[in-house]
Amino acid sequence: MAATAATTDTTTTTETTTETSPTLEVRGLRVAIAEREILHGIDLTVDKGEVHAILGPNGSGKSTLAYALMGDPRYDVTDGTVTFKGQNLLEMEPDERSRAGLFLCFQYPTSIPGVRMGNFLRLAVKARFGDAAVKTFRRELQETLRLLKMDRSYMERYLNEGFSGGEKKKAEILQMAMLKPEIAVMDETDSGLDVDAFKVVADGVNAMRGPERGFVVITHYNRMLEYIKPDFVHVLIGGKIVKEGGPELAQFVDQHGYRPILEEVRARGEEVELPEEEGATYGERPELETRVHDPFRSHGRTAI
Amino acid sequence: MATTVDIQELPLAINVDPNRERMLREAEKELPLEYRAGWHDEIAPIFKTGKGLSRFVVEEISRMKGEPAWMTEIRVNAYEHFLTRKLPEWGADLGQVNFDDIYYYLKPMEGQGKTWEDVPEDIKNTFDKLGIPEAERKFLAGVSAQYESEVVYHSIKKELEDQGVIFTDMDSGLREHPDIVKKFFGKVIPYKDNKIAALNTAVWSGGSFVYVPKGVHVAIPLQAYFRINAKNAGQFERTLIIADEGSYVHYIEGCTAPIWSEDSLHCAVVELLAMKDATIRYTTVQNWSNNVYNLVTKRAVAYENATVAWIDGNLGSKVTMKYPAVYLMGKGAKAEIVSAAFANSGQVQDAGGKVWHCAPETTSTITSKSVTKGTGRAEFRGWLKIYKGCVDSVSAMRCDAMLLDKQCYSGTTPVIEVDEEKVALGHEATVSKVGEEELFYLMSRGLTEREAITQIVNGFIEPFTKELPMEYAVELNRLIALQMDAAVG
Repeated sequence: MAATAATTDTTTTTETTTETSPTLEVRGLRVAIAEREILHGIDLTVDKGEVHAILGPNGSGKSTLAYALMGDPRYDVTDGTVTFKGQNLLEMEPDERSRAGLFLCFQYPTSIPGVRMGNFLRLAVKARFGDAAVKTFRRELQETLRLLKMDRSYMERYLNEGFSGGEKKKAEILQMAMLKPEIAVMDETDSGLDVDAFKVVADGVNAMRGPERGFVVITHYNRMLEYIKPDFVHVLIGGKIVKEGGPELAQFVDQHGYRPILEEVRARGEEVELPEEEGATYGERPELETRVHDPFRSHGRTAI
Repeated sequence: MATTVDIQELPLAINVDPNRERMLREAEKELPLEYRAGWHDEIAPIFKTGKGLSRFVVEEISRMKGEPAWMTEIRVNAYEHFLTRKLPEWGADLGQVNFDDIYYYLKPMEGQGKTWEDVPEDIKNTFDKLGIPEAERKFLAGVSAQYESEVVYHSIKKELEDQGVIFTDMDSGLREHPDIVKKFFGKVIPYKDNKIAALNTAVWSGGSFVYVPKGVHVAIPLQAYFRINAKNAGQFERTLIIADEGSYVHYIEGCTAPIWSEDSLHCAVVELLAMKDATIRYTTVQNWSNNVYNLVTKRAVAYENATVAWIDGNLGSKVTMKYPAVYLMGKGAKAEIVSAAFANSGQVQDAGGKVWHCAPETTSTITSKSVTKGTGRAEFRGWLKIYKGCVDSVSAMRCDAMLLDKQCYSGTTPVIEVDEEKVALGHEATVSKVGEEELFYLMSRGLTEREAITQIVNGFIEPFTKELPMEYAVELNRLIALQMDAAVG
């Protein structure tokens, strides 16, 4: 599966991995926010070179998993273990996790006024790879910008401020490409993108696939997975992983929605807590937002 | 009816150079890792008045300087006004200032250096450590260096002198151009303005006198550097800048002092006159040590289509009270006041800006950014007055405060008086702290908590920093990073 994705990655892997244990190992992870438990014991094993998709309806706890892995202080880990490259990830601060090679591609990246993208990227690269990396920073940045079809003027703009949805996601991919994580968690990177931006983001991710990197792709619909082919698919509903499989599972969800899986789980006699949140989708397949530009058609009137 | 305008629509004078970011980084590399201004040197002044103030001391200063009788008279009148005047009852607490425990005049050397070789070795070393001669070689058109009460070094590029630009210390200005000084001295800020301005007028020494002739554009900045070295010292420089019709000048001042346990006093008076179509930019980056009372009166007059910009950065000091002001006297005149203040534990930054619109079609912006940390206190005072008849005037006042700790304090006192209806007016104030979300986002990219907060703070005051020449922007960012390191007291 991964072999079909051409790896044009320029990463030079300086570290040789001697560990035999998987890169990211999550065991029995329970996470609460404001004293309400969202994740009820997650097991997940991700190794380099693998792409894992986490599918699930809105409100099932997918983003919670992503933030908890990155160490967002607003989420409380109440039970379970997470090891990353043999280290206890849960004892590390978010910046230590990042420097160790974990990356989170935010669904809604926050804007930081006054902090220029270029300066910020330089600091981040320096934090991860040390002073020496600053020397090759310019060249690498230029290459990555070209790959992502991003303009250099991005670098002078304030971080995410006034960025469109597509620009924000591209900026996240750019950061990921520059920081070369060993495990990248992508939280709904496909949401809110028009067709062009979607393509750029997907191409960017595919270009970064390779034996030195693992991905956890979180999404609530299958479109993303048509571009980024997963090796493993996990269905997360009500804070539990209820079904696991290969890429065929994603196709099944795409065709039949989550309802048959829910019924299967109930038939097993397991309790599944359904998200109360409004707009939770179980069957429908949301369409991509498309931007149609037709100069002859505007405000509902058709020019003759 | 007054309408609200979006402050962002009002253009600021400097456009950001696209190469600036790169140059900033390169300049940063060259700077020493630590900024140290807190040392002092064992230099005995060749003359000083006794501690405390009296009519005799005032007359003695004037006699020492060989001043004309009219100046002695102004000094004595100002001294008498000082005695009768009360300290301001609003603003920071000045009750601890003991005016009798201050040396009012300290003369560090005889004469004045035209080259650094003329300056006594130990004083020259001080300015070397502060990087002044190097900055002069690199990017300044003229330099004035004041040590205690007197300007010890002065230089100006010959081509400017040939164009008729005068840039000298105030004492020489009075000796060499008495007619100009007599005409303008104390006209923008009369000694009756406030007690501190009266004190300055009585005992002033040093400061800069600048005159830019009609149509002359001084492309690179002039700089003055003020250094207090002695304990219990008072520094009372007096600056007068006149930009004649259609001219342009950018004047920069920097200030430092060593850390003494006793308090020092810095009371400057700065008067600017921008004639028709002239532009004056006045940039201050002060980094006083935490024992300095910094009480400064700064005012400008802008005539028809003239522009005055006060760019005022306040770090350090024990107490700062400073409200740069502009009188917009001619049609189309423009005022721009951008200030940033950083109040760390034990410090009070009471700052802001004032503008009086006295002519139609005048424009003003007052932008203030304050950051408070530990037990620091920042107070913004803005005063905007638009007189009747000043039609089509536009003004925007904006004040943003960022609080880094639980104990710090930030206050805002804007006063807006508008007597004319046909104007556009905006006022905005925000208070923020470093958000958890922003912090997590930056940390998730590998920045430590301290680096992340420094980035957020630097980003917050960026609207100020981008107004500074590159070299000063670098220094300011560095000073803020050092403030972040400083322990919370």
